[in-house]
Amino acid sequence: MISRVVLTALKYLTLIVASVVTLLPLGVVLIASMKSQSEFVTTGPFDFPANVFNIDNFVTAIVRGGMVQGLINTSFIMVVSLTGTILIGTMTAYAIDRFTFRFKNGVLGLFLLATLVPTVTTQVATFQIVNSMGLFNTIWAPIVLFLGTDIISIYIFVQFMSSIPKSLDEAAMLDGANRFTIYWRVIMPLLKPAIATVLIIRGIAIYNEFYIPFLYMPSSDLGVISTSLFRFKGPFGAQWEVIAAGTMVVIVPTLIIFLILQKYIYNGITSGATK
Amino acid sequence: MTTTTTPPSDAPAVAAHPLPNRPAWSGRGRGGRDRKLTPWLFLAVPLILLGVFTYLPAGNLIYYSLTDWDGFGASPKVFVGLQNYGKIFTRDDILPVFLVSLYYIGASLVQMVIALCFATVLSFSTRFRNLFKGILFFPYLINGVAIGFVFLYLFQPGGTLDSALHAFGLDALSKHWLGDPDVVNFSLAGTSVWRYMGLNFVLFLGAIQSIPSELYEAAELDGAGRFQQFRYLILPGIKRIISLSFILAIAGSLAVFEIPYIMTLGANGSMTFVIKTVLLGFGTFHKVGLASAMAVLLLAIVLILTWIQRRIVPDDKVDLS
Repeated sequence: MISRVVLTALKYLTLIVASVVTLLPLGVVLIASMKSQSEFVTTGPFDFPANVFNIDNFVTAIVRGGMVQGLINTSFIMVVSLTGTILIGTMTAYAIDRFTFRFKNGVLGLFLLATLVPTVTTQVATFQIVNSMGLFNTIWAPIVLFLGTDIISIYIFVQFMSSIPKSLDEAAMLDGANRFTIYWRVIMPLLKPAIATVLIIRGIAIYNEFYIPFLYMPSSDLGVISTSLFRFKGPFGAQWEVIAAGTMVVIVPTLIIFLILQKYIYNGITSGATK
Repeated sequence: MTTTTTPPSDAPAVAAHPLPNRPAWSGRGRGGRDRKLTPWLFLAVPLILLGVFTYLPAGNLIYYSLTDWDGFGASPKVFVGLQNYGKIFTRDDILPVFLVSLYYIGASLVQMVIALCFATVLSFSTRFRNLFKGILFFPYLINGVAIGFVFLYLFQPGGTLDSALHAFGLDALSKHWLGDPDVVNFSLAGTSVWRYMGLNFVLFLGAIQSIPSELYEAAELDGAGRFQQFRYLILPGIKRIISLSFILAIAGSLAVFEIPYIMTLGANGSMTFVIKTVLLGFGTFHKVGLASAMAVLLLAIVLILTWIQRRIVPDDKVDLS
């Protein structure tokens, strides 16, 4: 009996220690973000800020750090890429799941093999292609790359579509609907849960993407959330309180989305990672 | 079901024919040319994108890797055979990056063990289970640049970590966490564990929870303790996800980029394979040929690892055709 109690105590102790290890690094950054410059220099990282409503650093980070432009650019890239990804992913899945045609397995294999290609390294060659299209240093470079290399979404759609009964398609055909009508009017509405999954996991991935925008959009007015924060390293290099505020500005939206959509995020991550 | 939507190409024909005379839509492989063409209409754009942004670069990569190209359009691409591949294993500045990968491989094993522990603990009824689950998972969602800054702040001299050690009277343990070549890779790999543990944890937890609860009840009736439940129920139930995570972890350890690049730019002995590739390909070195050879090598390793994983644990439920 006693060993049970000890085990339970041990269990909660480990969980609490793990939570502290996870939250402490974020907590000290939050504390730092609320301190004035002189306060930051004279106090320790665990000392509470004198004024928790001090938003000066946040104003500096957002206004002088170019984070507004970053947010606008990230939003634009996200809306266009996600719309495109859903259209492309559902069309591919529809063709693969609902038709029998020559080379079907070959096409499927091409998509599956592509999931294994690590995109960071192939950029040496991809860069030449994007550059030759004249897209370098434009907002369209990340968009075409997100569209062109997002195979996980296709995979999720194919899996989900195979669970939609084919009798629905056949009923619509008997009503005289053609294939495009069926795709748009029958399949698309039924794919809503899969679309939600893709929106969530791709949305988070695009919000967090650093390398592609860093490489393809060096121009200062083409910063996205990640790259505009990364550029804090230069001008604010010595001002940790401003960097801390910028970091918080990037993390808070993720936290809010996570709190609202927890269940969907867990499901999406599971179906996306176990491809 | 409305049939009055935008009528692409064939809709009028459908309306004109009574259905029995027009079996092309329902029959398999009985249709005419349009029937055969339809799937390709759906696939045209996706396949073009796939070709242009995945397979064309992969092909070019192999081609560049056999030349001494410097990356400028006008420069000649002189064929040098496998020379670039030889350089990967002989150049003094490339060889150490393989050793750095070992730190991350080690870290990812630690990460999987920790994840497995917490997944097992939280699969039993626990107070505030969702809260703990959320806390442990959340770092995985955070922007990589933000994580880089959070840990730069934590590790800086006199920063959070040093202060915490000081508070416990452990000043002697303080180190130049990111400046000392003997320490930096532990710091960075530790950051990587902090970032990715939550993913493994949630995947493991999901797999454990999909084991039917009757099995646990039966096991308890048979007098199986917690450890035996773990050994004979949980472990076999999550074998597949463990092997998958293992392969992803090793492939990921070779392809580490964001954390060390953002935090140290590969300085002080923290250079990784991918940072080196990126610097050679895009930096001031203009060694596109050599960088391509490194990319091809990484690609080959990832493909081989995946092939091994598929051989060891066959995909049972993933059957797309």
